[in-house]
Amino acid sequence: MAAYVLRRILLALPALFGLVVLSFVLVRIVPGDPAATLAGDAATPQQVEEIRARYGLDRPLAEQLLVHLRQVMTGDFGRSVFSDRPVAEEIGQRLPATLELTFCALAMATVFGVGLGLAAALDHNGPVDHLVRLLSVAGLAVASFWLAILLQLLFAMDLDLLPLRGRIDVELGPPAERTGFFLVDALLEGRRDRFVDALRHLVLPAVTLALPGLATIARFTRSGVLETLQKDFVLYARAAGYGRFRLAAIYVLRNAVTATVTQVGLLFGALISGAVAVEAIFDWPGIGTYAVRAILSADYKALLAVTLVVGVVYAVVNVLVDVAQGLIDPRVADTSE
Amino acid sequence: MAEPAPPTLEVSGLAVEIATDNGLARILDDVALAVAPGEIAGVVGESGCGKSTLVRAVLGILPRGARVPRGAVLFQGADILGDGAAAARGRIGFIPQDPYLSLNPVFRAGDQILEIMRRHAPGRRADHVRRLVDLLRAVQIPEPEAALARYPHQFSGGQRQRLLIAAALSCDPALVVADEPTTALDVTTQREILALLARLARERGLAMLFVTHDFGVVAGLCDSVTVLYAGRVAEAGPVRAVLDEPRHPYARLLLACHPDRATDLAGIPGTVPPATRQPAGCRFHPRCPIAVADCAAAVPPPVAIGGGRRVACPRHDMALPVAELA
Ligand SMILES: Nc1ncnc2c1ncn2[C@@H]1O[C@H](COP(=O)(O)OP(=O)(O)OP(=O)(O)O)[C@@H](O)[C@H]1O
Ligand SMILES: [Mg+2]
Repeated sequence: MAAYVLRRILLALPALFGLVVLSFVLVRIVPGDPAATLAGDAATPQQVEEIRARYGLDRPLAEQLLVHLRQVMTGDFGRSVFSDRPVAEEIGQRLPATLELTFCALAMATVFGVGLGLAAALDHNGPVDHLVRLLSVAGLAVASFWLAILLQLLFAMDLDLLPLRGRIDVELGPPAERTGFFLVDALLEGRRDRFVDALRHLVLPAVTLALPGLATIARFTRSGVLETLQKDFVLYARAAGYGRFRLAAIYVLRNAVTATVTQVGLLFGALISGAVAVEAIFDWPGIGTYAVRAILSADYKALLAVTLVVGVVYAVVNVLVDVAQGLIDPRVADTSE
Repeated sequence: MAEPAPPTLEVSGLAVEIATDNGLARILDDVALAVAPGEIAGVVGESGCGKSTLVRAVLGILPRGARVPRGAVLFQGADILGDGAAAARGRIGFIPQDPYLSLNPVFRAGDQILEIMRRHAPGRRADHVRRLVDLLRAVQIPEPEAALARYPHQFSGGQRQRLLIAAALSCDPALVVADEPTTALDVTTQREILALLARLARERGLAMLFVTHDFGVVAGLCDSVTVLYAGRVAEAGPVRAVLDEPRHPYARLLLACHPDRATDLAGIPGTVPPATRQPAGCRFHPRCPIAVADCAAAVPPPVAIGGGRRVACPRHDMALPVAELA
């Protein structure tokens, strides 16, 4: 198992390297002159040239790439042109917000998706099945910005049950920073009020973000369970006297979720890109809003850093998914030896 | 003289219907058989004749859409059709056809058998483990303690079938039902498994219902045999008598086609019709060399012909044309 995990990690490294190179090339071949942007509208051509020289933008692209790679290796992402602060620092502040949001959404999508998928499969072609199908079609079809606004109108404006936007009540203030995850930090400092408030702020954006993934997971789980129910070993287990609940919830589900787990890894990418829109609507101070700002202000250092960080998170999640798969199905780790 | 012991399993007049897209299919019709304590009863028939359906009816795991319009399945005298009989079924061990597909690949083999034991007899896990290790030794799994922690794919096919035999024995059964338990195995392994089953049945005085399509296996293992054709009993009786002198035209053709009795049942012209389009009367008559008009008119019931034998053919005394037997 350890060798298997190590190999999954090593396999992720070339992908990340490719990501760094590709994103760099993409950012540099899109129209627009970073030196001109950096210098600002009022700059003279001479000033632009100076800046070009200072940032090494006059060097050949390959050389710039090498410089960029070396900086990335040492964790130096440069300064943001927008705020003139180190990009690494800004991202470090915002990343936990996004991770907290996406992990909660992912957890919600997984727990409810698997539960609904299982319930649907066990009631194959029955009312529960139809209801879940309706829900998952809706979950995939509904645009998240529309859903977000709908939820805001209903739960924040009309019913006044949940906060409209933000991450925590301004008067309450954020918990003392230890991990950057408000839920965790609030627990660590023993502040129940902050925990509850952070949780209440999380609900609407997390639900919005989770819904498409929930729909996908429900569908995969449903078909996985239905497929597994056809297997000989299920018939055998029934003949051997396994109880109905144990059979469905443990015996069948574990086989059925192997396909679902792969989906979870892929879904995480969709969640991160979904977070860009959701963060903007709910005014969530995460990396999504940061990325939007970076794009709009042609802040290419920030943009490259965000791309890489997201790539790393994605890679880590997928290594975890591979590990989970190896734990769920012992053949996975065995056969890839 | 002592009373003969009541049969461990007694199936009588059993019919099973399954709703299919082409209408209601009567998969089994008027099937009767009995297994005495300590007896190994064989059930033979071509693919699709309803052997597995019979097994599933006995085990109470008929597929969705199946119903039993008639008949009874008595286990130790108690009717076990219907849901109320789960407890009685707890004392029926089951050995499935395909050891490669019958164990869940993502759980340890030992845990799967322990779960079965736990369902049948609540008790301390340590006690179950001890009993299971003994059982694994009895079915000749090497290093039984270590085997408990392994996953199904880490065993060979023959070993997996041994595991499943151990699982079948783990509930301390009065009856073991085996559905072609050696079909998925190579010939050598097949022979080993059959020898093991014969020995276990003898040692433990098990009653066994043994389903196969292989007359050779029946000859070597069983005390009695029931020949099914298209969901009905064609002929039944003590194994020596039936194999040495079959009376139903179907059984005679089968055994004539295969004098070594060791191969499958594919040598008769024509095929078994699908269950939704069975001919009226005797279901075998379209393929039968001695059929007459009457055969299509009424279903011939199995009749006793002495020596504990039953034959579902009124013309069982007729000679078959020589050409058919060549
Ligand atoms: N779930 C089902 N739905 C519809 N028809 C079925 C179903 N299960 C079995 N049948 C039909 O019932 C008949 C008997 O099937 P069964 O599996 O009992 O045969 P078998 O004698 O065990 O064959 P084999 O030797 O191939 O295992 C076949 O014609 C099959 O098509
Ligand atoms: Mg079968």
